[in-house]
Amino acid sequence: MSLDEATVARIARLARIATTDEERERLAGELSGILDWVEQLGDVDTESVEPMTGAIEMPLKSREDTVTDGGVAEDIARNAPRYAQGFLVVPKTVE
Amino acid sequence: MSEPTDLTIAEARDLLAAGELSSRELTEAQIGAMEAGRGLNAYITETPEIALDMAEASDRRRSGGEAGKLEGIPVAIKDLFCTRGVPTTAGSRILDGFVPFYESTVTANMFAEGAVMLGKTNLDEFAMGSANLTSYYGAAINPWRARGDDRERVPGGSSGGSASAVAGRMALGATGTDTGGSIRQPAAFCGVVGLKPTYGRCSRWGVVAFASSLDQAGPMARSVRDAAIMLGAMAGHDPRDSTSADMPVPDFEEDIDAGVKGMRIGIPREYRVDGVPGEIEALWRRGVRWLEEQGAAAVEIGLPHTKYALPAYYVVAPAEASSNLARYDGVKYGLRVESDDLTAMYEQTRAQGFGAEVKRRVLIGAYVLSAGYYDAYYLKAQKVRARIADDFREAWRTVDAILTPATPSAAFRADDPPADPVAMYLNDIFTVPVNLAGLPGLSVPAGLTHDGLPLGLQVVGKAFDEATVLRVGRAIEAAAGFDARPAGR
Amino acid sequence: MAATIEGATGVWEYAIGLEVHAQIVSNAKLFSGASTAFGAEPNANVSPIDAGMPGMLPVINMACIEQAVKTGLAIDGAVNAHSVFDRKNYFYPDLPQGYQISQYKQPVVSGGHLEIELEDGGTRRIGVERLHVEQDAGKSLHDRDPSSSHVDLNRSGVGLMEIVSHPDLRSPEEAATYVRKLRTILRYAGTCDGNMQEGSLRVDVNVSVRRPGGALGVRCEIKNLNSIRFLRRAIEVEASRQVGVLEAGGEIEQETRLFDVGRNVTRPMRGKEEAHDYRYFPDPDLPPLRLDRAWIDRIAASMPELPDARRARFMRDYGLSAYDAGVLVAEKENADFYEAAAEGRDKKLAANWVISELFGQLNKAGRTVDESPVGAAALGELIDLVADGAISGRIAKDVFAWMFETGKGAAAIVEEKGLRQVTDAGAIGAEIDGVMEREAAKVAEYRAGKHKLFGFFVGQVMRASGGKANPKAVNDILRAKLGG
Ligand SMILES: [Mg+2]
Ligand SMILES: [Zn+2]
Repeated sequence: MSLDEATVARIARLARIATTDEERERLAGELSGILDWVEQLGDVDTESVEPMTGAIEMPLKSREDTVTDGGVAEDIARNAPRYAQGFLVVPKTVE
Repeated sequence: MSEPTDLTIAEARDLLAAGELSSRELTEAQIGAMEAGRGLNAYITETPEIALDMAEASDRRRSGGEAGKLEGIPVAIKDLFCTRGVPTTAGSRILDGFVPFYESTVTANMFAEGAVMLGKTNLDEFAMGSANLTSYYGAAINPWRARGDDRERVPGGSSGGSASAVAGRMALGATGTDTGGSIRQPAAFCGVVGLKPTYGRCSRWGVVAFASSLDQAGPMARSVRDAAIMLGAMAGHDPRDSTSADMPVPDFEEDIDAGVKGMRIGIPREYRVDGVPGEIEALWRRGVRWLEEQGAAAVEIGLPHTKYALPAYYVVAPAEASSNLARYDGVKYGLRVESDDLTAMYEQTRAQGFGAEVKRRVLIGAYVLSAGYYDAYYLKAQKVRARIADDFREAWRTVDAILTPATPSAAFRADDPPADPVAMYLNDIFTVPVNLAGLPGLSVPAGLTHDGLPLGLQVVGKAFDEATVLRVGRAIEAAAGFDARPAGR
Repeated sequence: MAATIEGATGVWEYAIGLEVHAQIVSNAKLFSGASTAFGAEPNANVSPIDAGMPGMLPVINMACIEQAVKTGLAIDGAVNAHSVFDRKNYFYPDLPQGYQISQYKQPVVSGGHLEIELEDGGTRRIGVERLHVEQDAGKSLHDRDPSSSHVDLNRSGVGLMEIVSHPDLRSPEEAATYVRKLRTILRYAGTCDGNMQEGSLRVDVNVSVRRPGGALGVRCEIKNLNSIRFLRRAIEVEASRQVGVLEAGGEIEQETRLFDVGRNVTRPMRGKEEAHDYRYFPDPDLPPLRLDRAWIDRIAASMPELPDARRARFMRDYGLSAYDAGVLVAEKENADFYEAAAEGRDKKLAANWVISELFGQLNKAGRTVDESPVGAAALGELIDLVADGAISGRIAKDVFAWMFETGKGAAAIVEEKGLRQVTDAGAIGAEIDGVMEREAAKVAEYRAGKHKLFGFFVGQVMRASGGKANPKAVNDILRAKLGG
């Protein structure tokens, strides 16, 4: 499985990571190497095997329907790169 | 009395209880060692004022007749645990300036038991690495040197700063996290004890996530008993973590010296891997002999899917990471590279905020989850994972614990790490299957290489049977009589 | 009812499917302990979980799942004992985690249907494909600054039910009816308040066109329609766009579009060059959701009466027409009001009062039944005054208007204005005598056989009494006197 630079560009876009031509060239090689190595999973017979999604079987926990949290706007504001008038501020995103 | 910084947690506990030492004295000595050891770059953030305040508060509690499990013990915290009011970096530039306003459950539990925080230790960026070479804050260094070779060695990763701090006497113990070996491998490289508990034993709440279905916090210390004491303080059910186990926390220290007589110890034949140095094989055989000499029976077992664990891990972990790391986008906290355009802001923030290894894994993860590839990679890997877990389940029908080497090599040189990513990934060959199966694994220092670098053995146990793992580990520790000390600082 | 589109080359048919996002009624959010209250200060109802802070983990609020199960049962869906939460990955500033926790392959409810009432009095069954539970995103405001958008995370993490229909709807009107019906069911079940202005109910619509009876065409999704009026318009506009493209020999591209209300057109969403690839996978922070059969059965046993059942009961037990029953049950509050006002009284009479007088006045005043100045008990009192013959039906309408205006009780108004009906035979007889005297000529005609003049005499007597004379007594006495 060889991964080309166009594919690297596509997934880098999906992952919102800017890449240069040079990086894409290097990444195509590295990622292909990893994926080639991963190919060996194909040797394992997994017919009728249920995929494992959690490490240990456990029942789902739940919380009560009561308000126990919130009121941390100031803490959020303190950590935010840009914050104004009670809002997080980002470059214009209008559709 | 030896130097306070040389004490084990158990020894310090006794001295503190006897009033022969105060937490303040111990903490001051530890702060001194931390400052003297700065060359190892084990800490990203030192918190001496907090440490002294906590130590004094601990001394007051003790004089009031109160003492928790870690009362007055100075420890280091891997900088992946969110600590209220103290910067938390995950070793990444992208969390630049982030100060949590909440405390992780594990650290909160430890502080409630009297622990004193010395600072936040260095790590591979977002816990992705096996050499602590990917930290934005520079590499942490192993205090050990090979005989006749003064060049710096890596401490292993990702909990390299914690391992280096504990080995270098800059903390009595430290927290680590282990996703594929990140506690056990650096413990082995630095000649300390490291325990990855059963998945769900310690809460993940407040720990920066790498791969949610694999991440587990655990202790790193200078003795098996110390690891048991720390785990007792760290563990426990947490209603804020849906994957935290609602199980009682036993007294892990209680039966630690009960020995291994009558136990059946599994020796997996698939862990004899080509290219692993003979001295590691020899140490493993010695470990088997030690246990047999103490009355255990060694049983050869098969874990047939072992060789598929690493490739399965390098699909599952990056997939989860690619999603877990999506929140670092320059909007709410941490680094932001400004732009008028939203997409450019995202792309530049993440390009400049993440290092090369993190980007590699995020991209692999996005790829294996993307349309058309999910079944072939992600689903397949999760099925292989199920088979690996089945292998262990099968083994537990005949054995009580499993003994393996901890790492395929000793600490390598910082200036000469494995050349390509896959070669680096092979560091975790013995530890990764344990994470995939969610089991407890312990790394115990058991000997030295021909040129004087520490080597560890790994004990693996049944889910939630850390007690047996610790007992076996204690038996190895006692037989090995490992008392070598690192030379470097 | 099914509608068709007349194209240049012939007739086309609509195929419409709806995805309705309904905000779950709950105190706390789906995975955090922050409040769901509407209208708070920006970022006030946000927990570190909702803000996507590092290390934060979701824990499910089972009350939200119970609401989803109730809704599923209300639309005859199958509640799945095993369902899975997945992550839907995409970047947007109001999506703080970088993914939405949703359900993809294994939703909590599969299948289901609801009956919609058609204009011709018939009904049609519309299939529901699934109902799944997911988190809401925050809100981006674009009008506060020319160069930046402002993000409020108060809604981030609020529980939503996404209810996906089959493409069974055949006209914009049917789509509107479906949304209204679904909203009624949600409100009866108490699982969503259905408030479209506040965004508690949001509609995405999938529109395609085809030749009658042909295979389904390629569909386009139009997102985020926040009123039924816009829904209807968006469907019309989009379908005729598609017919235009197809008849010109073009092809419809499957895509997501937005409805531009001002220009009355749909247009592709910006950035469509970027194919969406949500990379769904099971959320490793959440074990599968396993529901106990007995728990589901308990919820089923405690379900409130739903609109279809209530409508049938109104028709069966109260003898109401299908139309009247339908009008009354459309809003739960209306039906509740009606049942309270009708309690112990003539059901049809009460229905008439509620539908024509009360709804008429409320409509004029732009109020809902909950804001009515005339309560159910007060309306009942008025109906009793009519039934007892204390006032006539004609007077009662005036009394009702005064009640609505002043909020006073019926009896009080009748007393205050002296409207009590006259039933005293002597008094009525005297009024009749007066009329017969004035209209002696007509009396003679009547007696000569022109009996249809009877109504004229009744009217004269009623007018003379100021409308207060009891009509039955007037009839009886008048007949006796004329006949003499
Ligand atoms: Mg949708
Ligand atoms: Zn949705």
